[in-house]
Amino acid sequence: MIETFEKVEDIEIRLLLEALYLRYHYDFRNYATGSIKRRLRQAREQLGFATISAMQERALHDETMLPRLLGYLTVQVSEMFRDPGYFRAIREIVVPHLRTYPSLKIWIAGCSAGEELYSLVILFREEGLEDRTIFYATDINQDALQIAEAGVYDVDRIQLFTENHRKSGGRSSLSDYYSAGYGRVSFDRTLRDRVVFSDHSLVTDAVFGEMNLISCRNVMIYFDKALQDRAVGLFRDSLARKGFLGIGAKESLRFSAHADDFSEFVRQEKIYQRIGK
Amino acid sequence: MIPADPKAVVIGASAGALEALTSILPTLSKDFRLPIMIVVHIPPDKRSVLAELFRAKSSVEVIEVEDKEPIRPGTAYFAPPDYHLLIEDQETLGLTNEEPVLFSRPSIDVLFESAADVYGAGAVAVLLTGANHDGAKGASAIARVGGHVIIQDPRSAFASAMPEAGLASCPDATVLSLDGISEYLRRIG
Repeated sequence: MIETFEKVEDIEIRLLLEALYLRYHYDFRNYATGSIKRRLRQAREQLGFATISAMQERALHDETMLPRLLGYLTVQVSEMFRDPGYFRAIREIVVPHLRTYPSLKIWIAGCSAGEELYSLVILFREEGLEDRTIFYATDINQDALQIAEAGVYDVDRIQLFTENHRKSGGRSSLSDYYSAGYGRVSFDRTLRDRVVFSDHSLVTDAVFGEMNLISCRNVMIYFDKALQDRAVGLFRDSLARKGFLGIGAKESLRFSAHADDFSEFVRQEKIYQRIGK
Repeated sequence: MIPADPKAVVIGASAGALEALTSILPTLSKDFRLPIMIVVHIPPDKRSVLAELFRAKSSVEVIEVEDKEPIRPGTAYFAPPDYHLLIEDQETLGLTNEEPVLFSRPSIDVLFESAADVYGAGAVAVLLTGANHDGAKGASAIARVGGHVIIQDPRSAFASAMPEAGLASCPDATVLSLDGISEYLRRIG
């Protein structure tokens, strides 16, 4: 009987994801099963539904369910200058290459609430490259994009951000870029002068042109292998010749169908370079 | 006692993990045929040396997992610090950085629950020493689908809270000493 129950849940999950796709065009059908299952179980319990099917029925008929479900289905965990070694490698090893270009395009794919975006903009400002750069910050979660555009974070996170920034080889003080008040810090609006925010899905949307650097960290770990291959293919086709791709510390292109299109540029920090073309 | 068709071993440990695993992993021969997935609570900001350490001591292959690592027999897989380790399907491991569970990332519950989903009655869970309650919920998920749960005897554990919590949620689990666990694994793998 237990066996039957588990299988029913698998069916329910597949149907719910199909429903979200057909009704709202949010496509989670190729997300990694293990974590999607966990988060849908969590949503079911916390939103008070007896079954995932009941949650599906509500999702189909009540639009206000969508943002709530998205809150569960998209994971928003980030921090500024997370994994300082990655940003240090961008600064010390990638930036010298980028300097040789008259104009630059950087894509932060799956930018979530913007922590990594602001980290890169600050880094580029410190390195004197901001003025020749356009930053594209994309995510599928509108709520997250709005937070990213506002650039406001809880003040209790700033100590960690500051420490990370220092470890990443920051040339200025992080406090130069924000003002604090009412338990929040608000990042300087001029940091957004060169940023284009956009709703873009790595699952369903197309190539972004001629990027010099794409940073997409801990986004593809939520995809299954087929979808990872799609995303990496999309990145390959969006990169300029010899463009760079940075992924998460525990992600790897080793298992990707497109592994041969990239070389390991900074192996330890998971920064790759597009080869050929 | 002995599962009919074991498919994988999942191990969870916290305080005292190093000593406990030292009396288990190095005793497995290179012919051990099951994959072993291991979550040890480690501080998030530390580079983990567990895989390196046990690679030097063990006959089975030892790896720190990267996302979508293929599952191979006779290989021990350690969760990296600051990521949850999940079994995606019978061929693939996955990582996530979802919120910590019981203040832990990696979380034993997360690993064990994914093992219950993927391997069902073929899952063998081993819950070792530790000072919190992680693993109790996951162990009962494994018991519920007919998998086997082995718990380190709390009396011989460096920290007894974790095996005790495991026993409270899985009263039918097999209780063994570290030597007993190591012998049990050699018999099933």
